[in-house]
Amino acid sequence: MTHILSLLVENKFGVLSRVAGLFSGRGFNIESISIAPTLDPSVSQMTIITSGDDRVIEQITKQLNKTIDVIKVSDFSDQDYILREVALIKVSARGADREEALRITNIFRAKIIDSSPTTYTIEVTGDEKKIEAIVNLLRPLGIKELVRSGPIAILREEKNK
Amino acid sequence: MKLTGAEIFVESLKKEGVQHIFGYPGGVVLPIFDALYNQKDIKVILPRHEQGAVHMADGYARSTGKVGVALATSGPGATNTVTGLATAFMDSIPIVVFTGQVPTPMIGVDAFQEADIVGITRPCTKYNYLVKNVNDLAYIIKEAFYIASKGRPGPVLIDLPRDVIASKTDFYYPPTVSLRSYNPNYIGNRWQIKKAAEAIKKAKHPVIYAGGGCILSNASEELKELAELTDIPVTLTLMGLGAFPGEHNLFLGMLGMHGTYTANMAIHNSDMIIAIGARFDDRVTGRVKDFAPNAKIIHIDIDPTSIRKSVHVDIPIVGDVKLVLIDLIKELKALTETNEVIDEARKQWKKLITQWKKEHPLTYEYSKDVIKPQFVVEKIYELTKGEAIISTEVGQNQMWAAQFYKFNKPRHWLSSGGLGTMGYGFPAALGAKVANPDKLVITIAGDGSIQMNIQELATAVVEQLDVKVAILNNCCLGMVRQWQELFYGERYSSSLLCEIPDFVKVAEAYGAVGLRAVKPSEVEPVIKEALKIKRPVFMDFKVDMFEKVYPMVPAGAAINEMILPEKKEKKEKLKAIK
Repeated sequence: MTHILSLLVENKFGVLSRVAGLFSGRGFNIESISIAPTLDPSVSQMTIITSGDDRVIEQITKQLNKTIDVIKVSDFSDQDYILREVALIKVSARGADREEALRITNIFRAKIIDSSPTTYTIEVTGDEKKIEAIVNLLRPLGIKELVRSGPIAILREEKNK
Repeated sequence: MKLTGAEIFVESLKKEGVQHIFGYPGGVVLPIFDALYNQKDIKVILPRHEQGAVHMADGYARSTGKVGVALATSGPGATNTVTGLATAFMDSIPIVVFTGQVPTPMIGVDAFQEADIVGITRPCTKYNYLVKNVNDLAYIIKEAFYIASKGRPGPVLIDLPRDVIASKTDFYYPPTVSLRSYNPNYIGNRWQIKKAAEAIKKAKHPVIYAGGGCILSNASEELKELAELTDIPVTLTLMGLGAFPGEHNLFLGMLGMHGTYTANMAIHNSDMIIAIGARFDDRVTGRVKDFAPNAKIIHIDIDPTSIRKSVHVDIPIVGDVKLVLIDLIKELKALTETNEVIDEARKQWKKLITQWKKEHPLTYEYSKDVIKPQFVVEKIYELTKGEAIISTEVGQNQMWAAQFYKFNKPRHWLSSGGLGTMGYGFPAALGAKVANPDKLVITIAGDGSIQMNIQELATAVVEQLDVKVAILNNCCLGMVRQWQELFYGERYSSSLLCEIPDFVKVAEAYGAVGLRAVKPSEVEPVIKEALKIKRPVFMDFKVDMFEKVYPMVPAGAAINEMILPEKKEKKEKLKAIK
């Protein structure tokens, strides 16, 4: 089962390699990993998408907690969270295809952030399914390049307080 | 007054109470050695190989509980520390290793004697540092000693670039350190402990399974109290030897691959395992699927990752073993109710255990003509009255030492359990001797593994470290040969050592004493003489090449599926192997 782990880590050199090394050294899966500083510049936030049975996930969480430099580990999987990913897609757009690309962009509430006589570069934000859907629709036009950020996640606040 | 990085290094170690460093000099660390030259508080011991330095620091730490310190230069000096670090890491031994590094502006340009030692040792240290600014140095050293010794201990490496060592700053050594990302849990959860006490009371066939954590946490007294209070038999892991008295009537011996029949059967048939500072290593559990099928498991460990890593645990308790045991004993004392059914079941359980002990004790066939390696270990035990610090190499020598030397006190057994490092024992013994100059220190070695760090004989002679080495010389890599005999159709591929070298001559060449025993009758006189001589001694015991370590749980078997010693195994002895 896929799990979304959100980590607070010290913002020091070598931290990413410590965490990544832990996964590779113990044979755990990493599907994606993203890291950036938080409001406090001495702390970074890391989102890791991983998979495994309960026993494996328990080990991953414990091992991460044990890692010096990891301040906090939360597993979002059983909670109400919002997950987003950014994709930048360079698609060829000539003649009638330009119109089609624009239409698809609008349907997905994506943005065209760069344009050349033969291409559009589209920025889209959403969960994995949405990104896969737009990619599938754009594919017939010819995707020249696709860059994805990997997902980041945040917990929803309780609504009935 | 401003101090150089090298001077800060020396002053910081003094603040940590360090009295000995095992250090090998080289280009970039010369300023540190120069700073060490000018002071009298810290003694520097020069090994003959950086791996030896780290094992010495490790033996020093294991025998005292203090943090061991080693120092090496950059590049090859640093990479030579890796095996020592990995050894200490697997066995949770607190050491701090300092390595030199090329100057910071040259890092990454493939400079002479440059190695990314922080990258290389990341997976085999508890933590490591590259010091980029001399202003951070004192704080990092403080933090390193803290991390190495607190929680589950382990090795820490500090990489010191040449320019950091040379530049100057004000020296301030912080009195304390706090890390938001490292706060081990020492006190066990009260409710879990209560639950454990109640479960122990209800168990009909309980066993205590204790490991190295009891030694690291100095919990031998508490372990003994728990066992005697509850009258529950105790088995120890290889790492735990000495945590419970080897001659105690509740002691079952070591468990696992070469554990006693009684210990393995008791674990397999138990309904309650109280695991204390042990980690269910694969050498202990055998085939995990069939490990102790009817047992509920209580697991006490300071490291949560050890819990439920390989086996299911019913009552986990995260905390320092000593503190948890104190609380657990209190809870147990509060439960005064008795139950006849359980008392009767316990009585039967103890009877069964006594029967196992009687039917299948650790044994070997004594011979008048050829020295049995077990006989040598027994004699050493007898003649040292079980008082010596024993270090071992790895393989048959290690297992026979574990089986036939009875340890009554903690910190008297130094052996590479997790990593299984050949070449560990002799330098570790030297480190222990440095820390315990008044104690008798003996290495039990094989003719294979002693050669992996035999150069440290020079250190022993020059530093006048009177360590005795008993080489169980069977002219082969005994454990490899044993596996090849049992599982590889007696094809002895690359396991025969051909009686090379002459260890007596080697000892003499280094200025040590070499003694040899060829017949069983010579064993005792040789050990006695070695104990009399106040110098390093190599004892070369020409032992039976065909002797195997039993019991043996073959790889992939459950621990009740032991191979027991054959009564007569003369037939294969007819085959000339040399």
